[in-house]
Amino acid sequence: MENDAIIEVRDLTVGYDRRAVLEKINFTVKKGEIFCILGGSGCGKSTLLKHMIGLLPPFSGDVRLFGESMVYADDAARHRLMRRFGVTYQGGALFGSMTLLENVELPLAEYTGLSRAERRKVAAEKLAQVDLAGFEDYMPAEISGGMRKRAGLARALALDPEMLFFDEPSAGLDPITAAELDRLILKLRDQSGATIVVVTHDLDSVFAIADRIIMLSKQDKKIVAEGSPCDLRENADMLWVRNFLTRDGLSRR
Amino acid sequence: MDRIGGEIRKILRQWMQLVEFFGQLGLDIRTDLRHPGRHRWRETLYYIDLCGRRSLGIVVLICGLMGFILALQGGLLIREYGGELFVADLVGFSLLKELGPLMVGMIATGRAGSAFAAEIGTMKVNEEVSALTTMGISPVRFLVVPKLLAMLIVLPLLAVAGDMAGLLGGLLIGVTYLDLPVSAYWGRTLQVLSPQVLTLGVLKCFVFAALITLIGCWRGFQADPDAQGVGRAATGAVVSSILLLVVADLFITLFYASIGC
Repeated sequence: MENDAIIEVRDLTVGYDRRAVLEKINFTVKKGEIFCILGGSGCGKSTLLKHMIGLLPPFSGDVRLFGESMVYADDAARHRLMRRFGVTYQGGALFGSMTLLENVELPLAEYTGLSRAERRKVAAEKLAQVDLAGFEDYMPAEISGGMRKRAGLARALALDPEMLFFDEPSAGLDPITAAELDRLILKLRDQSGATIVVVTHDLDSVFAIADRIIMLSKQDKKIVAEGSPCDLRENADMLWVRNFLTRDGLSRR
Repeated sequence: MDRIGGEIRKILRQWMQLVEFFGQLGLDIRTDLRHPGRHRWRETLYYIDLCGRRSLGIVVLICGLMGFILALQGGLLIREYGGELFVADLVGFSLLKELGPLMVGMIATGRAGSAFAAEIGTMKVNEEVSALTTMGISPVRFLVVPKLLAMLIVLPLLAVAGDMAGLLGGLLIGVTYLDLPVSAYWGRTLQVLSPQVLTLGVLKCFVFAALITLIGCWRGFQADPDAQGVGRAATGAVVSSILLLVVADLFITLFYASIGC
Protein backbone atom coordinates (compact mmCIF):
# COMPACT_ATOMS: atom_id res chain seq x y z
CA MET A 1 0.00 0.00 0.00
CA GLU A 2 1.23 3.48 -0.88
CA ASN A 3 2.27 5.60 2.07
CA ASP A 4 -0.86 6.47 4.18
CA ALA A 5 -3.19 5.68 1.23
CA ILE A 6 -6.43 4.26 2.60
CA ILE A 7 -8.11 3.79 -0.79
CA GLU A 8 -6.26 2.45 -3.81
CA VAL A 9 -7.84 2.13 -7.22
CA ARG A 10 -5.66 0.11 -9.53
CA ASP A 11 -6.07 -0.28 -13.30
CA LEU A 12 -9.83 -0.17 -12.86
CA THR A 13 -11.99 -0.62 -15.95
CA VAL A 14 -15.72 -0.24 -15.36
CA GLY A 15 -18.86 -0.04 -17.44
CA TYR A 16 -22.22 -1.58 -18.23
CA ASP A 17 -22.93 -4.64 -20.38
CA ARG A 18 -19.76 -4.76 -22.47
CA ARG A 19 -19.34 -1.01 -22.87
CA ALA A 20 -16.49 0.46 -20.85
CA VAL A 21 -17.21 3.83 -19.25
CA LEU A 22 -13.79 4.29 -17.64
CA GLU A 23 -10.61 2.46 -18.53
CA LYS A 24 -7.49 1.69 -16.53
CA ILE A 25 -8.18 4.21 -13.78
CA ASN A 26 -5.50 4.62 -11.09
CA PHE A 27 -5.58 6.84 -8.02
CA THR A 28 -5.19 6.77 -4.26
CA VAL A 29 -6.90 8.59 -1.41
CA LYS A 30 -5.00 9.37 1.76
CA LYS A 31 -6.29 8.86 5.27
CA GLY A 32 -8.24 11.89 6.52
CA GLU A 33 -8.43 13.48 3.10
CA ILE A 34 -11.50 15.01 1.45
CA PHE A 35 -11.27 13.75 -2.09
CA CYS A 36 -13.65 14.85 -4.83
CA ILE A 37 -14.41 13.06 -8.08
CA LEU A 38 -15.43 15.54 -10.78
CA GLY A 39 -16.40 15.42 -14.39
CA GLY A 40 -19.09 16.33 -16.85
CA SER A 41 -22.48 14.65 -16.97
CA GLY A 42 -22.26 11.00 -18.00
CA CYS A 43 -18.50 10.71 -17.50
CA GLY A 44 -18.85 7.86 -15.01
CA LYS A 45 -18.46 9.58 -11.63
CA SER A 46 -21.31 7.72 -9.95
CA THR A 47 -20.38 4.52 -11.78
CA LEU A 48 -16.87 4.78 -10.36
CA LEU A 49 -18.29 5.35 -6.88
CA LYS A 50 -20.57 2.30 -7.16
CA HIS A 51 -17.54 0.18 -8.02
CA MET A 52 -15.50 1.64 -5.16
CA ILE A 53 -18.17 0.70 -2.61
CA GLY A 54 -18.64 -2.79 -4.03
CA LEU A 55 -22.11 -2.37 -5.55
CA LEU A 56 -20.90 -3.40 -9.00
CA PRO A 57 -18.09 -5.69 -10.12
CA PRO A 58 -15.52 -4.08 -12.43
CA PHE A 59 -14.49 -5.45 -15.82
CA SER A 60 -10.91 -5.56 -14.54
CA GLY A 61 -8.62 -4.00 -11.97
CA ASP A 62 -8.96 -3.69 -8.24
CA VAL A 63 -10.26 -1.39 -5.50
CA ARG A 64 -8.47 -1.72 -2.18
CA LEU A 65 -9.94 -0.22 0.97
CA PHE A 66 -7.89 -0.32 4.18
CA GLY A 67 -5.38 -2.47 2.26
CA GLU A 68 -7.95 -5.15 1.40
CA SER A 69 -9.45 -5.85 -1.99
CA MET A 70 -13.16 -5.10 -2.38
CA VAL A 71 -13.21 -6.84 -5.74
CA TYR A 72 -11.67 -10.17 -4.83
CA ALA A 73 -12.89 -10.40 -1.23
CA ASP A 74 -15.34 -13.18 -0.38
CA ASP A 75 -18.79 -12.15 0.91
CA ALA A 76 -17.81 -12.21 4.57
CA ALA A 77 -14.69 -10.09 4.00
CA ARG A 78 -16.63 -7.65 1.82
CA HIS A 79 -19.29 -7.25 4.49
CA ARG A 80 -16.58 -6.63 7.10
CA LEU A 81 -15.18 -3.89 4.88
CA MET A 82 -18.64 -2.42 4.28
CA ARG A 83 -19.17 -2.02 8.01
CA ARG A 84 -16.10 0.23 8.10
CA PHE A 85 -17.47 2.80 5.67
CA GLY A 86 -20.70 4.73 5.26
CA VAL A 87 -22.40 5.87 2.08
CA THR A 88 -24.86 8.70 1.55
CA TYR A 89 -26.91 8.62 -1.61
CA GLN A 90 -28.26 11.42 -3.77
CA GLY A 91 -31.79 11.30 -2.38
CA GLY A 92 -30.83 10.03 1.07
CA ALA A 93 -32.08 6.49 0.31
CA LEU A 94 -34.00 6.41 3.58
CA PHE A 95 -36.46 3.57 4.12
CA GLY A 96 -39.87 5.11 3.66
CA SER A 97 -41.67 2.81 6.10
CA MET A 98 -39.39 3.81 8.99
CA THR A 99 -39.02 7.01 10.99
CA LEU A 100 -35.73 8.88 10.86
CA LEU A 101 -34.75 7.39 14.22
CA GLU A 102 -35.51 3.86 13.05
CA ASN A 103 -33.52 4.45 9.87
CA VAL A 104 -30.45 5.44 11.88
CA GLU A 105 -31.08 2.63 14.36
CA LEU A 106 -31.06 -0.03 11.66
CA PRO A 107 -27.28 -0.55 11.28
CA LEU A 108 -26.94 -0.46 15.07
CA ALA A 109 -29.57 -3.19 15.42
CA GLU A 110 -27.83 -5.30 12.79
CA TYR A 111 -24.26 -5.00 14.00
CA THR A 112 -24.12 -4.05 17.65
CA GLY A 113 -25.26 -5.75 20.81
CA LEU A 114 -26.79 -2.53 22.12
CA SER A 115 -30.15 -2.65 23.85
CA ARG A 116 -33.09 -0.91 22.19
CA ALA A 117 -32.81 2.04 24.57
CA GLU A 118 -29.08 2.39 23.91
CA ARG A 119 -29.64 2.15 20.17
CA ARG A 120 -32.27 4.87 20.28
CA LYS A 121 -29.93 7.07 22.32
CA VAL A 122 -27.07 6.65 19.84
CA ALA A 123 -29.40 7.19 16.86
CA ALA A 124 -30.77 10.38 18.44
CA GLU A 125 -27.19 11.60 18.96
CA LYS A 126 -26.35 10.95 15.32
CA LEU A 127 -29.43 12.86 14.20
CA ALA A 128 -28.45 15.73 16.49
CA GLN A 129 -24.96 15.64 14.95
CA VAL A 130 -26.52 16.49 11.57
CA ASP A 131 -28.84 19.11 13.12
CA LEU A 132 -31.95 16.94 13.01
CA ALA A 133 -32.68 16.84 16.73
CA GLY A 134 -36.44 16.94 17.22
CA PHE A 135 -37.16 15.17 13.94
CA GLU A 136 -36.65 11.64 15.28
CA ASP A 137 -40.25 10.54 14.76
CA TYR A 138 -40.72 12.10 11.34
CA MET A 139 -41.16 9.87 8.30
CA PRO A 140 -38.81 10.53 5.34
CA ALA A 141 -41.75 11.76 3.24
CA GLU A 142 -42.47 14.48 5.82
CA ILE A 143 -39.10 16.26 5.56
CA SER A 144 -37.30 18.28 2.87
CA GLY A 145 -34.70 16.96 0.41
CA GLY A 146 -31.82 18.54 2.32
CA MET A 147 -33.05 17.04 5.60
CA ARG A 148 -33.35 13.63 3.95
CA LYS A 149 -29.72 13.89 2.84
CA ARG A 150 -28.65 14.81 6.35
CA ALA A 151 -30.69 11.94 7.80
CA GLY A 152 -29.00 9.63 5.28
CA LEU A 153 -25.68 10.97 6.54
CA ALA A 154 -26.71 10.30 10.15
CA ARG A 155 -27.46 6.70 9.18
CA ALA A 156 -24.11 6.44 7.41
CA LEU A 157 -22.46 7.71 10.61
CA ALA A 158 -24.26 5.26 12.88
CA LEU A 159 -21.38 2.80 13.13
CA ASP A 160 -18.71 5.54 13.35
CA PRO A 161 -17.17 4.71 9.96
CA GLU A 162 -13.57 5.45 9.13
CA MET A 163 -14.53 6.38 5.59
CA LEU A 164 -17.52 8.17 4.05
CA PHE A 165 -18.69 8.25 0.46
CA PHE A 166 -21.05 10.96 -0.77
CA ASP A 167 -22.88 10.76 -4.08
CA GLU A 168 -23.79 14.28 -5.28
CA PRO A 169 -24.45 15.65 -1.77
CA SER A 170 -25.44 19.13 -2.96
CA ALA A 171 -27.56 18.09 -5.95
CA GLY A 172 -30.99 19.68 -5.79
CA LEU A 173 -30.21 21.80 -2.72
CA ASP A 174 -30.41 25.56 -2.43
CA PRO A 175 -27.04 27.33 -1.91
CA ILE A 176 -27.52 27.81 1.84
CA THR A 177 -28.49 24.19 2.48
CA ALA A 178 -25.64 23.03 0.25
CA ALA A 179 -23.21 25.20 2.21
CA GLU A 180 -24.56 23.77 5.50
CA LEU A 181 -23.90 20.28 4.21
CA ASP A 182 -20.37 21.30 3.17
CA ARG A 183 -19.72 22.66 6.66
CA LEU A 184 -21.02 19.41 8.08
CA ILE A 185 -18.63 17.41 5.90
CA LEU A 186 -15.69 19.55 7.05
CA LYS A 187 -16.81 19.22 10.68
CA LEU A 188 -17.04 15.46 10.37
CA ARG A 189 -13.56 15.18 8.96
CA ASP A 190 -12.12 17.48 11.62
CA GLN A 191 -13.93 15.73 14.49
CA SER A 192 -13.53 12.10 13.50
CA GLY A 193 -10.62 12.15 11.08
CA ALA A 194 -12.70 10.17 8.60
CA THR A 195 -11.60 9.91 4.99
CA ILE A 196 -14.23 11.41 2.73
CA VAL A 197 -14.84 10.77 -0.96
CA VAL A 198 -17.34 13.02 -2.70
CA VAL A 199 -18.77 12.65 -6.18
CA THR A 200 -19.98 16.04 -7.35
CA HIS A 201 -20.01 18.64 -10.06
CA ASP A 202 -20.83 21.49 -7.71
CA LEU A 203 -17.77 23.74 -8.03
CA ASP A 204 -18.64 25.82 -4.96
CA SER A 205 -18.58 22.66 -2.87
CA VAL A 206 -15.38 21.46 -4.46
CA PHE A 207 -13.50 24.67 -3.70
CA ALA A 208 -14.96 24.77 -0.19
CA ILE A 209 -14.14 21.27 0.96
CA ALA A 210 -11.80 19.35 -1.34
CA ASP A 211 -8.18 18.69 -0.45
CA ARG A 212 -7.63 16.97 -3.75
CA ILE A 213 -9.69 16.17 -6.82
CA ILE A 214 -9.60 14.00 -9.89
CA MET A 215 -11.36 14.95 -13.09
CA LEU A 216 -12.81 12.34 -15.39
CA SER A 217 -13.25 12.72 -19.10
CA LYS A 218 -16.13 11.10 -20.95
CA GLN A 219 -14.25 11.17 -24.25
CA ASP A 220 -10.95 9.76 -22.99
CA LYS A 221 -12.60 7.43 -20.42
CA LYS A 222 -9.85 8.23 -17.95
CA ILE A 223 -8.57 10.70 -15.36
CA VAL A 224 -7.41 13.84 -17.11
CA ALA A 225 -6.34 15.86 -14.08
CA GLU A 226 -5.44 15.25 -10.46
CA GLY A 227 -4.44 17.71 -7.76
CA SER A 228 -5.75 20.46 -5.52
CA PRO A 229 -8.73 22.31 -7.04
CA CYS A 230 -7.10 25.75 -6.84
CA ASP A 231 -3.90 24.50 -8.40
CA LEU A 232 -5.73 22.80 -11.25
CA ARG A 233 -7.88 25.88 -11.88
CA GLU A 234 -4.74 27.96 -12.44
CA ASN A 235 -2.21 25.50 -13.80
CA ALA A 236 -3.89 22.47 -15.38
CA ASP A 237 -2.33 21.46 -18.69
CA MET A 238 -5.67 20.88 -20.36
CA LEU A 239 -7.72 23.89 -21.31
CA TRP A 240 -10.93 21.84 -20.75
CA VAL A 241 -9.96 21.30 -17.11
CA ARG A 242 -9.32 24.99 -16.53
CA ASN A 243 -12.58 25.86 -18.31
CA PHE A 244 -14.50 23.32 -16.24
CA LEU A 245 -13.13 24.70 -12.98
CA THR A 246 -13.86 28.30 -14.00
CA ARG A 247 -17.28 27.53 -15.54
CA ASP A 248 -15.79 28.16 -19.00
CA GLY A 249 -14.36 31.47 -17.87
CA LEU A 250 -17.79 32.84 -16.99
CA SER A 251 -17.33 34.48 -13.62
CA ARG A 252 -20.05 35.79 -11.33
CA ARG A 253 -21.05 39.45 -11.83
CA MET B 1 -24.81 -11.86 -34.46
CA ASP B 2 -23.72 -9.34 -31.87
CA ARG B 3 -27.34 -8.67 -30.92
CA ILE B 4 -28.11 -12.38 -30.58
CA GLY B 5 -24.96 -12.85 -28.52
CA GLY B 6 -25.98 -9.89 -26.34
CA GLU B 7 -29.44 -11.34 -25.77
CA ILE B 8 -28.04 -14.77 -24.88
CA ARG B 9 -25.60 -13.18 -22.41
CA LYS B 10 -28.47 -11.18 -20.89
CA ILE B 11 -30.60 -14.30 -20.43
CA LEU B 12 -27.68 -16.24 -18.96
CA ARG B 13 -26.94 -13.37 -16.59
CA GLN B 14 -30.56 -13.28 -15.47
CA TRP B 15 -30.50 -17.02 -14.80
CA MET B 16 -27.32 -16.62 -12.80
CA GLN B 17 -28.94 -13.83 -10.81
CA LEU B 18 -32.01 -16.01 -10.24
CA VAL B 19 -29.81 -18.81 -8.89
CA GLU B 20 -28.05 -16.27 -6.63
CA PHE B 21 -31.45 -14.96 -5.49
CA PHE B 22 -32.61 -18.43 -4.44
CA GLY B 23 -29.25 -19.17 -2.83
CA GLN B 24 -29.44 -15.94 -0.85
CA LEU B 25 -33.07 -16.64 0.08
CA GLY B 26 -32.07 -20.05 1.45
CA LEU B 27 -29.27 -18.51 3.51
CA ASP B 28 -31.52 -15.71 4.80
CA ILE B 29 -34.32 -18.08 5.81
CA ARG B 30 -31.74 -20.14 7.70
CA THR B 31 -30.46 -16.97 9.42
CA ASP B 32 -33.98 -15.98 10.48
CA LEU B 33 -34.75 -19.49 11.72
CA ARG B 34 -31.57 -19.50 13.81
CA HIS B 35 -32.12 -15.98 15.10
CA PRO B 36 -35.89 -15.35 15.16
CA GLY B 37 -35.29 -12.10 17.05
CA ARG B 38 -33.59 -10.68 13.95
CA HIS B 39 -36.58 -11.41 11.74
CA ARG B 40 -38.46 -8.29 10.70
CA TRP B 41 -41.69 -9.09 12.53
CA ARG B 42 -43.19 -5.62 12.18
CA GLU B 43 -42.94 -5.81 8.39
CA THR B 44 -44.37 -9.33 8.46
CA LEU B 45 -47.41 -8.07 10.39
CA TYR B 46 -47.77 -5.19 7.94
CA TYR B 47 -47.89 -7.60 4.99
CA ILE B 48 -50.27 -9.94 6.83
CA ASP B 49 -52.57 -6.97 7.15
CA LEU B 50 -52.03 -5.81 3.56
CA CYS B 51 -52.42 -9.20 1.90
CA GLY B 52 -54.81 -10.73 4.42
CA ARG B 53 -57.25 -8.44 6.16
CA ARG B 54 -57.46 -5.99 3.30
CA SER B 55 -58.01 -8.81 0.77
CA LEU B 56 -60.60 -10.67 2.81
CA GLY B 57 -63.59 -8.72 1.49
CA ILE B 58 -62.78 -9.19 -2.18
CA VAL B 59 -61.91 -12.87 -1.64
CA VAL B 60 -65.22 -13.55 0.12
CA LEU B 61 -67.15 -11.65 -2.54
CA ILE B 62 -65.50 -13.31 -5.55
CA CYS B 63 -65.52 -16.83 -4.11
CA GLY B 64 -69.12 -16.38 -2.95
CA LEU B 65 -70.10 -15.34 -6.46
CA MET B 66 -68.11 -18.23 -7.87
CA GLY B 67 -70.12 -20.69 -5.75
CA PHE B 68 -73.26 -18.90 -6.79
CA ILE B 69 -72.42 -19.20 -10.52
CA LEU B 70 -71.25 -22.80 -10.27
CA ALA B 71 -74.46 -23.85 -8.53
CA LEU B 72 -76.54 -21.96 -11.05
CA GLN B 73 -74.80 -23.43 -14.09
CA GLY B 74 -74.65 -26.93 -12.60
CA GLY B 75 -78.27 -26.71 -11.46
CA LEU B 76 -79.46 -25.82 -14.96
CA LEU B 77 -77.95 -29.03 -16.31
CA ILE B 78 -78.56 -31.40 -13.44
CA ARG B 79 -82.17 -30.49 -12.66
CA GLU B 80 -83.19 -31.98 -16.05
CA TYR B 81 -82.14 -35.37 -14.69
CA GLY B 82 -83.61 -34.80 -11.25
CA GLY B 83 -80.25 -34.73 -9.50
CA GLU B 84 -80.41 -31.25 -7.97
CA LEU B 85 -78.83 -32.41 -4.73
CA PHE B 86 -75.63 -33.29 -6.56
CA VAL B 87 -75.04 -29.59 -7.14
CA ALA B 88 -73.63 -29.64 -3.61
CA ASP B 89 -71.00 -32.14 -4.79
CA LEU B 90 -70.14 -30.04 -7.83
CA VAL B 91 -69.81 -26.79 -5.90
CA GLY B 92 -67.97 -28.36 -2.96
CA PHE B 93 -65.37 -30.29 -4.93
CA SER B 94 -64.79 -27.58 -7.56
CA LEU B 95 -64.34 -24.86 -5.00
CA LEU B 96 -62.38 -26.60 -2.29
CA LYS B 97 -60.00 -28.54 -4.50
CA GLU B 98 -59.58 -26.16 -7.39
CA LEU B 99 -61.34 -22.87 -7.83
CA GLY B 100 -61.08 -21.57 -4.27
CA PRO B 101 -57.28 -21.75 -4.01
CA LEU B 102 -56.86 -20.63 -7.62
CA MET B 103 -59.15 -17.61 -7.25
CA VAL B 104 -57.44 -16.65 -4.01
CA GLY B 105 -54.09 -17.01 -5.79
CA MET B 106 -55.27 -14.77 -8.63
CA ILE B 107 -56.57 -12.11 -6.25
CA ALA B 108 -53.33 -12.22 -4.26
CA THR B 109 -51.36 -11.89 -7.49
CA GLY B 110 -53.22 -8.72 -8.36
CA ARG B 111 -52.97 -7.25 -4.89
CA ALA B 112 -49.73 -8.52 -3.43
CA GLY B 113 -47.57 -9.67 -6.36
CA SER B 114 -47.81 -6.37 -8.20
CA ALA B 115 -47.40 -4.40 -4.95
CA PHE B 116 -44.23 -6.34 -4.07
CA ALA B 117 -42.73 -5.72 -7.52
CA ALA B 118 -43.62 -2.01 -7.45
CA GLU B 119 -42.36 -1.56 -3.89
CA ILE B 120 -38.98 -3.18 -4.50
CA GLY B 121 -38.66 -1.54 -7.92
CA THR B 122 -39.26 1.88 -6.38
CA MET B 123 -36.78 1.14 -3.62
CA LYS B 124 -34.27 0.26 -6.32
CA VAL B 125 -34.92 3.59 -8.08
CA ASN B 126 -34.49 5.44 -4.77
CA GLU B 127 -31.22 3.55 -4.11
CA GLU B 128 -32.66 2.01 -0.93
CA VAL B 129 -31.63 -1.43 -2.17
CA SER B 130 -28.09 -0.14 -2.75
CA ALA B 131 -28.14 1.40 0.74
CA LEU B 132 -29.02 -1.98 2.25
CA THR B 133 -26.24 -3.65 0.31
CA THR B 134 -23.61 -1.13 1.38
CA MET B 135 -24.77 -1.47 4.98
CA GLY B 136 -23.97 -5.16 4.61
CA ILE B 137 -27.65 -6.10 5.05
CA SER B 138 -29.06 -8.66 2.65
CA PRO B 139 -31.88 -7.01 0.66
CA VAL B 140 -33.45 -10.47 0.34
CA ARG B 141 -33.62 -10.94 4.11
CA PHE B 142 -34.85 -7.41 4.62
CA LEU B 143 -37.40 -7.26 1.81
CA VAL B 144 -38.36 -10.76 0.71
CA VAL B 145 -38.44 -12.98 3.81
CA PRO B 146 -41.09 -10.93 5.71
CA LYS B 147 -43.32 -10.91 2.62
CA LEU B 148 -42.85 -14.63 2.09
CA LEU B 149 -43.73 -15.50 5.68
CA ALA B 150 -46.77 -13.22 5.62
CA MET B 151 -48.06 -14.76 2.40
CA LEU B 152 -47.48 -18.32 3.66
CA ILE B 153 -49.63 -17.48 6.70
CA VAL B 154 -52.30 -15.49 4.93
CA LEU B 155 -53.03 -17.29 1.69
CA PRO B 156 -54.20 -20.61 3.22
CA LEU B 157 -56.44 -18.68 5.62
CA LEU B 158 -57.89 -16.66 2.76
CA ALA B 159 -58.50 -19.87 0.84
CA VAL B 160 -60.50 -21.30 3.76
CA ALA B 161 -62.53 -18.08 3.97
CA GLY B 162 -63.07 -18.16 0.21
CA ASP B 163 -64.12 -21.81 0.33
CA MET B 164 -66.71 -21.09 2.99
CA ALA B 165 -68.06 -18.11 1.05
CA GLY B 166 -68.29 -20.23 -2.10
CA LEU B 167 -70.16 -22.99 -0.28
CA LEU B 168 -72.60 -20.42 1.07
CA GLY B 169 -73.06 -19.01 -2.44
CA GLY B 170 -73.89 -22.50 -3.68
CA LEU B 171 -76.25 -23.05 -0.77
CA LEU B 172 -78.09 -19.86 -1.59
CA ILE B 173 -78.80 -21.07 -5.12
CA GLY B 174 -79.58 -24.57 -3.85
CA VAL B 175 -82.34 -23.36 -1.56
CA THR B 176 -83.73 -20.57 -3.75
CA TYR B 177 -83.39 -21.66 -7.36
CA LEU B 178 -83.32 -25.44 -6.91
CA ASP B 179 -85.83 -25.52 -4.05
CA LEU B 180 -83.65 -27.77 -1.89
CA PRO B 181 -84.04 -27.70 1.91
CA VAL B 182 -81.10 -26.11 3.68
CA SER B 183 -80.54 -29.22 5.78
CA ALA B 184 -80.46 -31.46 2.69
CA TYR B 185 -78.00 -29.26 0.77
CA TRP B 186 -75.73 -28.68 3.73
CA GLY B 187 -75.95 -32.30 4.83
CA ARG B 188 -74.91 -33.44 1.38
CA THR B 189 -72.03 -30.95 1.36
CA LEU B 190 -70.72 -32.22 4.69
CA GLN B 191 -71.20 -35.82 3.58
CA VAL B 192 -69.05 -35.53 0.46
CA LEU B 193 -66.46 -33.06 1.61
CA SER B 194 -63.95 -34.66 3.91
CA PRO B 195 -61.30 -32.60 5.76
CA GLN B 196 -58.85 -34.17 3.29
CA VAL B 197 -60.48 -32.31 0.37
CA LEU B 198 -60.15 -29.02 2.22
CA THR B 199 -56.55 -29.81 3.17
CA LEU B 200 -55.56 -30.67 -0.40
CA GLY B 201 -56.85 -27.31 -1.61
CA VAL B 202 -55.23 -25.40 1.21
CA LEU B 203 -51.89 -27.12 0.61
CA LYS B 204 -51.89 -25.68 -2.92
CA CYS B 205 -52.00 -22.24 -1.36
CA PHE B 206 -48.57 -22.66 0.20
CA VAL B 207 -47.10 -23.23 -3.25
CA PHE B 208 -49.08 -20.31 -4.68
CA ALA B 209 -47.97 -18.03 -1.83
CA ALA B 210 -44.32 -18.82 -2.48
CA LEU B 211 -44.71 -18.35 -6.25
CA ILE B 212 -46.52 -15.01 -6.02
CA THR B 213 -44.06 -13.59 -3.48
CA LEU B 214 -40.90 -14.74 -5.19
CA ILE B 215 -42.00 -13.70 -8.67
CA GLY B 216 -43.17 -10.28 -7.42
CA CYS B 217 -39.96 -9.65 -5.50
CA TRP B 218 -37.73 -10.97 -8.27
CA ARG B 219 -39.43 -8.73 -10.83
CA GLY B 220 -38.92 -5.79 -8.46
CA PHE B 221 -35.21 -6.47 -8.13
CA GLN B 222 -34.93 -6.78 -11.90
CA ALA B 223 -36.84 -3.54 -12.59
CA ASP B 224 -35.15 -0.93 -14.74
CA PRO B 225 -34.38 2.06 -12.53
CA ASP B 226 -37.02 4.43 -13.87
CA ALA B 227 -40.77 4.99 -13.51
CA GLN B 228 -41.62 2.95 -16.61
CA GLY B 229 -39.33 0.17 -15.44
CA VAL B 230 -41.26 -0.07 -12.16
CA GLY B 231 -44.55 -0.17 -14.07
CA ARG B 232 -43.25 -2.93 -16.33
CA ALA B 233 -42.02 -4.88 -13.32
CA ALA B 234 -45.46 -4.74 -11.68
CA THR B 235 -47.21 -5.83 -14.87
CA GLY B 236 -44.63 -8.53 -15.49
CA ALA B 237 -45.10 -9.84 -11.96
CA VAL B 238 -48.85 -10.24 -12.47
CA VAL B 239 -48.57 -11.87 -15.90
CA SER B 240 -45.79 -14.29 -14.88
CA SER B 241 -47.51 -15.16 -11.61
CA ILE B 242 -50.86 -15.96 -13.24
CA LEU B 243 -49.17 -18.17 -15.82
CA LEU B 244 -47.04 -19.97 -13.27
CA LEU B 245 -49.97 -20.36 -10.83
CA VAL B 246 -51.97 -22.22 -13.47
CA VAL B 247 -48.98 -24.35 -14.47
CA ALA B 248 -48.22 -25.14 -10.82
CA ASP B 249 -51.89 -25.96 -10.24
CA LEU B 250 -51.79 -28.41 -13.13
CA PHE B 251 -48.73 -30.21 -11.75
CA ILE B 252 -50.11 -30.32 -8.22
CA THR B 253 -53.41 -31.73 -9.52
CA LEU B 254 -51.50 -34.34 -11.53
CA PHE B 255 -49.54 -35.21 -8.41
CA TYR B 256 -52.74 -35.54 -6.34
CA ALA B 257 -54.21 -37.75 -9.05
CA SER B 258 -51.10 -39.94 -9.09
CA ILE B 259 -51.40 -40.60 -5.34
CA GLY B 260 -55.12 -41.21 -5.63
CA CYS B 261 -56.40 -38.00 -3.99
